[in-house]
This record gives sequence, structure tokens and C-alpha cells, in this order.
Amino acid sequence: MKHYLLIVVLCFLNITHAQDCTYTFLGEIKDFHDGTPLAGATIHIETLNSYTTADINGKFSVKNLCNGTLVLVISHVGCETKRVEIDINGNTYKEINMEHHLEELNEVVVAANTKLDNTAIQQTVSKTQIETYTDKSLGDALNTISGVSSLNTGNSIVKPMIHGLHSSRLLIVNNNVRLFDQEWGDEHAPNIDINTSNSLEVIKGANTLKYGSDAIGGLILIKPKKYAAIDSLFGSSMVSFNTNGLGGNVNSEIIKTYKSGYYAKLQASYKQFGDFKAPHYYLTNTGLRNLNASMSIGYNSFEKGFNAYYSIVNNEFAILKSSHIGNVNDLVTAINNKEPRVVEDFSYNISYPKQSILHHLGKIEAYKRFKKLGKLSLQYDFQINRRKEYDLRRGDLADTPVIDLRLFTTSLQPNLQIDVFDNLEINTGFLLRFQQNDAISGTGVSPLIPDFEKYDAGIYATANYNLNLFSEISAGLRYDFSRIEATKWYNTTDWEDTYNYDELFPEFESGTTDNSETLTYPEFSFHNFSANLGYNRHFSNDFELFFNYGLASRMPNPSELFSDGLHHSAARIETGKLTIGKEIANKFMLSLERNNQKFGFTISPYFNYINDYVQLIPVGITTTVRGAFPVWEYNQVNAIIFGVDIDIDKKINNTLNYQGSISLLQGDNLTNDIPLIHMPSTNFTNSISYYNKDLNQLSISLNHKTVLQQNRYPDYNFNTYDATINDYVYVDISSPPSAYSLFGFNSTASFKAFKKGTLKLEFNIENIFNTSYREYLNRLRYFADELGRNFNLKIKINY
Amino acid sequence: MKTIKLLALFFVSSLVFVSCSSDDDHDDHDHEKELITTVTYTLTNGDDVVTLKFEDLDGEGGTDGTYTVSGNLSANTTYTGSIELLNATENPAEDITEEVEEEGDEHEFFYTSTISDITFTKTDTDEDGNPIGIETTLTTGDAGTGSLTIILKHEPTKPNDGTSTSAGGSTDVSVTFSIEVE
Repeated sequence: MKHYLLIVVLCFLNITHAQDCTYTFLGEIKDFHDGTPLAGATIHIETLNSYTTADINGKFSVKNLCNGTLVLVISHVGCETKRVEIDINGNTYKEINMEHHLEELNEVVVAANTKLDNTAIQQTVSKTQIETYTDKSLGDALNTISGVSSLNTGNSIVKPMIHGLHSSRLLIVNNNVRLFDQEWGDEHAPNIDINTSNSLEVIKGANTLKYGSDAIGGLILIKPKKYAAIDSLFGSSMVSFNTNGLGGNVNSEIIKTYKSGYYAKLQASYKQFGDFKAPHYYLTNTGLRNLNASMSIGYNSFEKGFNAYYSIVNNEFAILKSSHIGNVNDLVTAINNKEPRVVEDFSYNISYPKQSILHHLGKIEAYKRFKKLGKLSLQYDFQINRRKEYDLRRGDLADTPVIDLRLFTTSLQPNLQIDVFDNLEINTGFLLRFQQNDAISGTGVSPLIPDFEKYDAGIYATANYNLNLFSEISAGLRYDFSRIEATKWYNTTDWEDTYNYDELFPEFESGTTDNSETLTYPEFSFHNFSANLGYNRHFSNDFELFFNYGLASRMPNPSELFSDGLHHSAARIETGKLTIGKEIANKFMLSLERNNQKFGFTISPYFNYINDYVQLIPVGITTTVRGAFPVWEYNQVNAIIFGVDIDIDKKINNTLNYQGSISLLQGDNLTNDIPLIHMPSTNFTNSISYYNKDLNQLSISLNHKTVLQQNRYPDYNFNTYDATINDYVYVDISSPPSAYSLFGFNSTASFKAFKKGTLKLEFNIENIFNTSYREYLNRLRYFADELGRNFNLKIKINY
Repeated sequence: MKTIKLLALFFVSSLVFVSCSSDDDHDDHDHEKELITTVTYTLTNGDDVVTLKFEDLDGEGGTDGTYTVSGNLSANTTYTGSIELLNATENPAEDITEEVEEEGDEHEFFYTSTISDITFTKTDTDEDGNPIGIETTLTTGDAGTGSLTIILKHEPTKPNDGTSTSAGGSTDVSVTFSIEVE
């Protein structure tokens, strides 16, 4: 009874007080990260339409309030304005946390100037530049960066190369997911639709430990865009058309964002080309068909967020018909003939040989920030890569691929970013990954890569410390454990005699033999350490100096350990070795930059010493029913690769700008005292551009690229007997083609179209003078010239 | 909470993926290979039969192939020649000559010898009336020693001038036997 009375009295009191409107709200504004009070924050009390400011302790009060909802809009220099709703129920106190990491939410705004890591030596390809490459590949787009080249198989299978290193030595990270699809052969190019990306970043040092310990060559980051929290629906469509290959690309994307922070994006692109043309002939069977789609949904706020992303890439590449040869005599004939042996009329047909690849990538990522600690994020991802390579075959097997691989990769990666300290930021986390390769049965060919399962576990910590306003230092450590378990049939003679594996690895034998083959279960475990140290310093006059040292170690990939079979287009048998161990690189880089509007430059020398560098080189000849075949084996040597990349940017006047770059590189095999195979030669570019903002943002540029002949190459040429002419013939598989210069023209202009949209037109000419040339880093250079002149038209509509 | 649920869902689905893909056929993995292991060229003149045989049962790599010639050819004699390609890793051995015959317009055998007065004539034709070379006649001249080379081209230019080099295409078979005409 007493209680009831009390409640009634309280209620009564409450009501009377509420009507009095005499409550006070006390607020305290603090920095989210370190809890320091934010003095001087402006508070707009929307409900009362009045203003106040926080005192030196970050405190403020609002008096004479009734019970109900109070809406405050708080702003502070360097922080994102925050709108909070507070329920007033009597005298109320609330702590309000502000964040001052604007750039994380609006990364797109500053993408061109933001570095992933201030001490990294890094270059970026922006969205506008990517759009120029909408109908090309990732490798083509990156090729514009000094120090980046590409290893090609024909013209559409393009592997990026940084400072002469490619494949497993480059980490390609797409939307924070490390891509697994391209390590096992020169002709396995990354399956990425560059239209999904907002920026491409190339980090030339081996210093991004968050992604792996094996970035001996560097890292390529493909980054999506982040969207501001506003209610909006927008998108763009782009169509491109090319005269060479009579094809192009259509790309469309649509994005919906909400003020609450939710967003969704849908993107799709379709690309088709027919046979490309060299200056003097069609490159029969070089067309391609790609269909790609991606979607992303997520929620972004300062304190928490998530993102779910899925992309599918479906690529079908025809491979130059003339590159399908049977033995070394066919190769000699191809090398000696100036023209490819099959030249037919233009066609959209994709016949054999060809590659067809389907790549799924899915990820989900979530993050939450904790007060006075930092940001915890968790990512789970998976990839399925199905690769089918078709050759010209006889009879019932005509439509059966010779290589049919399915690679499944899944990983879990938590990361904690600690930013509570003023001058220090720490990143730490671990990685768990499982990979399974299935060499699908029924190809009628020994699988080039066998079935295997691979387990990875890694742990890392990196730290950035601001020494003072002008200099920063970073350091990191990473440890990885990897285990690979394979199942492989070896030719018994190879197992016992050729490679002596029965004595070296008796533990791998299963005891099962059949039809001159031995079943084995090779298992390897590797421990990898990596570390990096970086320093940067700003000087007056816009000068900036970077130093970076990276230690990276890479375990051999399955092709280096196990490959065993024939590559028709190169007329070679490729053999992996179970004795291959890990390679360890020490890379030093220095970069002096001047970021000045009038005259800017970057000079970055580098030196990479690689212990036990794995290379694939010709070692001899084997006779088969088809005649003689060169055998290429993986072996290990000590190597150094050093060079310098120089970029220059000079503003001539208000409208004219000059850009130039030169890359010098030398790679040496120290063990045999000869040059390394397949190193890019000296190349330089010049471009002069005119830009007028007032004239529909008209931009016109003329550009030039010269690639000098590679004079430093290992000579693996040999003689072989040709029974048809009863004589020995010289097999020139090493000599690089001569130097070439290409000229190009680019122009773009933007127009206002309908109410809110813009229309962008772009017209380009590649290889203006229709120059015939061959490129040393193209695997098909023995068979045909590179592409001739191309006119390209692009129309982009933003809405 | 929602994100945690989604994460859990993804994990479960990934497990499904993994278990689905665990259809490992480890023990009999791609054991049936498509190979040409055996090339036999049989030359017949009445009771006089000479066989030239190349055999490489483990394909590329492993042990090298072996060449056997059953005897010497007689001078100034005409032989009826017939070639047979087998994949002897299968049981019974697969006759690849049949495939070549079926796709006769995409194949052609070429025969050459370093003994200059041996002549070859292809006696069979494909659907377009061009020679295939499964059936041949071989005529010897004077005695001598040298080699005999048989080449099978896939997708050669047809018709051609009769030499394998100008016919282009890719080589499926190239075997060279030491022979003697007595």
C-alpha cells in the first residue's frame, strides 16, 4: 500500500515537474579515439533553434528543458558533423563522441593524395584513368605506371609485372581479398574486371604485411569506392568501341545510398572483340568475350559498418591459332617465318586453342570501433576459380579441355587497428586460409597442376609512428605457416631415375604403381618471416623523401613444385621440382619526390637481392612421338634486380602539361653470372597534354612510348636435328626482338546532358603509325606481331 | 548482431562448398591418357614384310621411345605401306588411325627418306580428294643406307606441295627410322 502511494506521488511529481520545463541537459564532447575533451565544439540545438559552444573541458549545458526529445547538431574542426537525438527525462547527462577521421568515410574525395601507408612507395591509377582502360585488362592499365610492365600471352592475356617480377611474387588484392587465380603459369592472367574498381594502387616495396609475407615484387590494390551517407540514387553507363578487333565494352553501374549509412551497388560489364589485327595481317583466333558482374551492399557509419561483396568474372579468350605447334621444328619454322602460318579473314569466332575461366569472389566484412582503443574488423572471403584450357585435339576429345582446374580458396582475417595514441597507430591481426585445388578428371592429359590442399596461418603487427610534424617511421613483422598436401602420379622413370625422388623423398611414396606410373603424396611445410621498415620525411619546397626496406619470403607455388607437362603454345615441357625451397628477398627502395604544381618529379631507385630465386629456364631437349621438345625446368639461383624509375611532371603554362617517365632495370643471375630471363628492357614515355576547364573540360594529349631492345638476356638457344631436311637447325628461343616506338592520341570532353547528368566523350588512337613490332615479354612473340592501329571511341553518361 | 548472423551464414555456405568440392578421385586420377604410344609402318611386298615400329609407352618424359626395324628393304622393289597409330596405355589398345581417317581433311602424313631414290605415293584420299597418307606405296631404287621419317600434321594446308614444312599445321607425330636398302 505504501509502495502504491509512493508511485502515485512520484508520478504526480513527475508530471508537475515536466510541465515546469526546468530540466538541464549536460553534455560532454570527447574524441572517440583517445577520449580527450573537444573544446570549442559548436552545438546547434535544433529543437530550440539556438546555439552554444563546448567549454575547455568539452562540456556544455542546455537549460530549461521539458521532458521529450532534444536534437543536437554538433560540429568541430576536423570532425564530421554529428546529429544526435537525446531523450530528456529529468536532468540528463550524456557523453557524445566525435571522430576526426573524415578521410576514412570520404576516401574517394582524396583518393589521389591518400597513401595507404605514408612510408610506402606507391603510385595510383585513378578512376578517370581506369575509364580509359575500360575495354582492356588490369595489366594494361597498370602498365602506365613507371616500373610496371606486363608479361603477355598474346594481346588479351596480360599479367602485371613490377620491377621484373610477376605471378606469385605480386599480391593482387581486390576489394581487400587476395586474389588466387594467376600464379601457375605465365598465361594465367588475373581475373579482374577493372570496371569494378575505383582506384588501382601499386606498392612497389615488399612492405604491406597485412596482406601476406610473400610480396617479393610488390602489391597491387584494387579499391572500391566508399559512399557518403546521403539519400541518393546515381549511376553511370559507358560504351566503348574499337576499330581493331571490331569490338568494345559496355559497363553500367547503379548505386543507391541512404542517409542512414546503408548503400547498395550493382555493376555489370560485357566485352566482346573479334580477331585483332597486326599492321599487315589479322591475328586469327584472338577474340575474346567477357561477362562480369558485381554487387555490393553495406552500411557505413563511423562506429560500425559492414560490407558484403560478390563478383563474378567470366572470361573467354581465344589464343592465336598459329601458336599451336607440335614440336621444336614447328617452332623453328614459326620463328623463321615473318608471318603467322594461319592468317584468315576477320571473325568473331573463338575456336581452339582458347581459355575459358570463371571466377567467383565473395566476401563479407564488418567493423566496429571501440572507444579508447580503435577499430576491429573481421573479414571472411571465398573464391572459386575454374580454369579450362582447350587445345586443338583429335577425335572425341576435340571439345575436352587439356587443363581443367578448380581452385577453391577461403579465408578469415580479423584485424585490429589501434589509434588511441596521438602519434602511433598499430595494426595487428591474423589470417587463416584454406585452399583446395581439384585437377578435374577426364581431360586425357596428366594434370599440369595436381590435386592439393593448402593451409595457411599468419600473424602480423605493424606500427606507424609520427616522429614529428615532418617525419614518420613505420615497422612491421609477420610470420606465416603454410602446409601443402598434394596427390600426384609421377612417371615411374622420372620418379626413380630422372629426379631420384625415390631416394630423396621416399616418405611420399604410396606404394601404388600402375602402368609405369607411381602414386605419391608429397607434403611440405614452410615457415615464412617477413619484415619491413619505412621512413618518410617532408622537406620544405614540397620535397619528400621515402625509404623502405622489406624482407619477404615466399614458399614455392604448386607449379614450381609439381608442374609436369606440355605447353603447346610454347612447344615446351614444363617441369617443377620437389627440391625447390622458399625464396627470400631483401628489397631496398628510396624515393625522392617533389609534389609541385609547376614542376614535380619522383626518382626512385631500388635494389632487390633475392636468395634462391625460382626461375623457369630451358634445360635441354626430350624426344617424344611428336619429335623434339625443349624441356623447361624450374631451378633456383641467387639474383639481384636493381634499377630506377623516374617520373617528371612539368606545367608549361595554364593549359599545357608535360609528363615523362623512364624505367631502367637490370636483373642478374649471380649463380651463373648471366642476366635473368624475361626482364623488361629500358623504356620511356613522354606525353604532352592540353587541358581547358572552361571548354567542356577538353583534354587533348599526345603520347609516346619507346621500349628499347633487351640486350641483357641469357642465351638458351640451341641446335636440333630436323629429319625432314636431314640437318641441324638453330632454335633461337632467346634473342629479344628489336626496339620500338609507339605514338598515341587521347582526347576527352564533358558535356552537360539532361537535368542532372553529364556526358563524357573520349576519342583515342593507339599505335598511330601502325608500327609493326614484337615485345620481348610476350610469350607469343615467336608467332606474330603485336597489334596495329586502333581507333577508340567512348561515351560515358553519369546520372 | 545482424552482421554476425550473416557471417555465420557465409561460413556455413563455405563449408557446403568445401564438402561439395571434396569429390576427390585421388586414386584413379586421370589415369586414362590420350597419347600416341606406338607408330607402326608396315611395308608389304608379297611374302616380304618389313615393319618399322616406334614405341614410347610412358609418353612425354620418362623413358625415351624405342625404334625397331624388322629387316632391310630390297632394292628396286615396290612395297604397299600401311601405317597404324595406337594408344597402348589403354586395354585394349585404342586405334588412333581411325580418328585420323575420320578427320582425314584435317590430317596428312608425310614421308621422306634420306635415301634419294626411294619414292612414296599416298594412295588414299580424304573427302576433298586430297591425300591422307595412311595407305601408301613405297618404291626403292638402288641399295643404300639412311633414314625414313614419318610426320603426321594436324590441320595442315591442304592441298600442299607434298612437303611437311610448307604444309604448316602442328606436328602430332614425327618419327625417324634408320633403314637399309640391300
